[in-house]
Amino acid sequence: MSTHTLSVLVENSPGVLARVASLFARRGYNIDSLAVGPTEDPNVSRMTIVVNVEGHALYQVIQQTDKLINVLSIIELDPVASVQRELLLVKVTTTPETRSQVLETVQLFRAKVVDVAQDAVTIEATGNSEKIQALLRVLEPYGIKELVQSGLVAMERGLKPGKSLQPDHD
Amino acid sequence: MSEKITGAQSLVKSLEAAGVDVMFGIPGGAILPAYDPIFDSRIRHILVRHEQGAGHAATGYAQATGRVGVCIATSGPGATNLVTPLADAQMDSVPIVAITGQVASAAIGTDAFQEADIRGITMPVTKHSFLITDAREVAGAIAEAFHIAGTGRPGAVLVDIAKDALIKMTEFNFPTAVSLLGYNPKMDPTAESIRDAAALIAESKCPVLYVGGGVIKSNASPELMKLAQLTGAPVVTTLMALGSFPDSHPQHLGMPGMHGTVAAVTALQKADLLITLGARFDDRVTGKLSSFAPNAKVIHADIDPAEIGKNRIADVALIGDLKATINALLPALQKVFMRSKPDLTEWWAQCNSWRLRYPLGFDEPADGSVSPQYVISRLGKIAGPDAIFVAGVGQHQMWSSQFINYEKPRTWLNSGGLGTMGYAVPAAMGAKVGAPDTVVWAIDGDGCFQMTNQELVTCALNNIPIKVAIINNESLGMVRQWQTLFYNERYSNTDLHSKRIPDFAKLAEAMGCVGLRCETKEDVDRVINEAMAINDRPVVVDFNVHRDAMVWPMVAAGTSNDDIVVARSMAPIWDSQEL
Repeated sequence: MSTHTLSVLVENSPGVLARVASLFARRGYNIDSLAVGPTEDPNVSRMTIVVNVEGHALYQVIQQTDKLINVLSIIELDPVASVQRELLLVKVTTTPETRSQVLETVQLFRAKVVDVAQDAVTIEATGNSEKIQALLRVLEPYGIKELVQSGLVAMERGLKPGKSLQPDHD
Repeated sequence: MSEKITGAQSLVKSLEAAGVDVMFGIPGGAILPAYDPIFDSRIRHILVRHEQGAGHAATGYAQATGRVGVCIATSGPGATNLVTPLADAQMDSVPIVAITGQVASAAIGTDAFQEADIRGITMPVTKHSFLITDAREVAGAIAEAFHIAGTGRPGAVLVDIAKDALIKMTEFNFPTAVSLLGYNPKMDPTAESIRDAAALIAESKCPVLYVGGGVIKSNASPELMKLAQLTGAPVVTTLMALGSFPDSHPQHLGMPGMHGTVAAVTALQKADLLITLGARFDDRVTGKLSSFAPNAKVIHADIDPAEIGKNRIADVALIGDLKATINALLPALQKVFMRSKPDLTEWWAQCNSWRLRYPLGFDEPADGSVSPQYVISRLGKIAGPDAIFVAGVGQHQMWSSQFINYEKPRTWLNSGGLGTMGYAVPAAMGAKVGAPDTVVWAIDGDGCFQMTNQELVTCALNNIPIKVAIINNESLGMVRQWQTLFYNERYSNTDLHSKRIPDFAKLAEAMGCVGLRCETKEDVDRVINEAMAINDRPVVVDFNVHRDAMVWPMVAAGTSNDDIVVARSMAPIWDSQEL
């Protein structure tokens, strides 16, 4: 099994997320993460789906997803030729002794502190999955009280749009 | 400024504009506003007795005519009763549109009376679905629904309309053309893929044309005939494709699969090339997938790109409409055949030896009772190749696929993918409405018949004179067969006692049909002819048949096609050179 990042443009209409989720559940495709949000076109949303499938099954996932009427386009993003980011909020236990070490780690990872309490700091970090995981590994010994992570969002590098939103007949 | 009409009027005008001439349905609270303009419409509305009947009737109509079938029901239970026929139509790629009423938009999500999230419920079993809460969107949704159902790989589409959207005023705005950003079925395969396919065929010494229901959907039977003649290859037609290529044609080896002919099953197993046309490598055809056609390369032609490689990896994919695909393949083949055309003499010698040695057949019961296969073969002979045969699901369905000769497309209708018991009577009703001048025989089991026979009332009242042959073995025969073979003859809950109760002939008479019974072999022809002569009412014939008859050959579920069994405990004897 290997992970693949799919960038899916869908109509911004009710029930579309349910359709995609239902398809993945019904056909037994494993979703590692899923993020949905608006695009530059208010009628279109973008889903970034990370799937964990064998090489050949990826073609099936793409074709079956593309078959949904509300799906306008679907492409696999090459991790090298795309920018991929996750957002992490993590609350770390601190003591007067450890606080400066934690803050140093925040700087090293180019993360930032967004909330400070007597015995904890809340850290915001963005980055690819590897960076987020590395940060968490370093913070873990201090005591992670709570964490929340977004799904991956991704975009192709360069000027080329992921896929034209304009159909041939427009 | 155009005239204001209600959403309901817009719905009915849209259905008329979409070319609908008949729909099957039952009114109820939420859909009630639509039934007022239906009263004045030129569309024939057939009032069924159960919504499942409406759905299968729409399917039978669509399968017999090639047009989009339409059913209509109210919200809640009316809509949920359509779930089975929607799933059935979607599995067999039949174009139907189901219209359901929904509670008023303000009540959606409140668990209102007769509220069910039918769009959510049917999402996995439809090609697409709409929930319309605005009267202005009704016409556009209907246009899109018919476009989606009837083009590309056909399928089932649901349009759920909130009651207030039916009541509110709007302008009629049925679009002249539909264009959907996310839906553009590819009609023509690439020239490169056609060249690759032709090259594979030119190299093949043991090719088989593996023909599926897509050939019937794309009306490509004439093109298939040309391809068969040009290649000279053996042809097998799946359960969904019977009639797409004449059974009587010398190149036809029969049906492949679990109950296929030894010749068809074995030809696929031994082939070096499968020319797959609108078929989907269903488990009932392939048996254990890893041992299916182990030495064959695969050309896979299908309009649905998601079918390519779903079950079997294709060496060449031809994505497009089958008619266009075969038409493109023919000249490409002629070109490569000019250089060299493979000699299939040896391959045909093998295929013919399987065909000669293991023809389809059946034993007459020792106790003198009637064999079901005999009844079905006589039905086929007497009604002839112009009649439409509609089967339920089970042993009678398999015997009908084996012992009737199908010569033309759209003369064999059945529930292949979902395997819906109860499909036959309502689907036959729909087929007869679509083809009123054609003899339509439903061949049903006594189990299946008891699931949906209420639609015979609909047939009797609406002048839809179908004929029903109940192959009455007083049991759930296919399940019983498996109990015989795999559960030590422990017949748990498969005995229906239906030679005693109900009295099918009396039941038929009570529903306004002619009820006949046949209990001896000598009577079979006479009773069939008697039924054939009745055209003013539906006819039901209760054929009492031997209950232990089994469907052979058989590839047991999950086993290899190489392990096909010709009859109980009897495997084919292969020449050593064949193995």
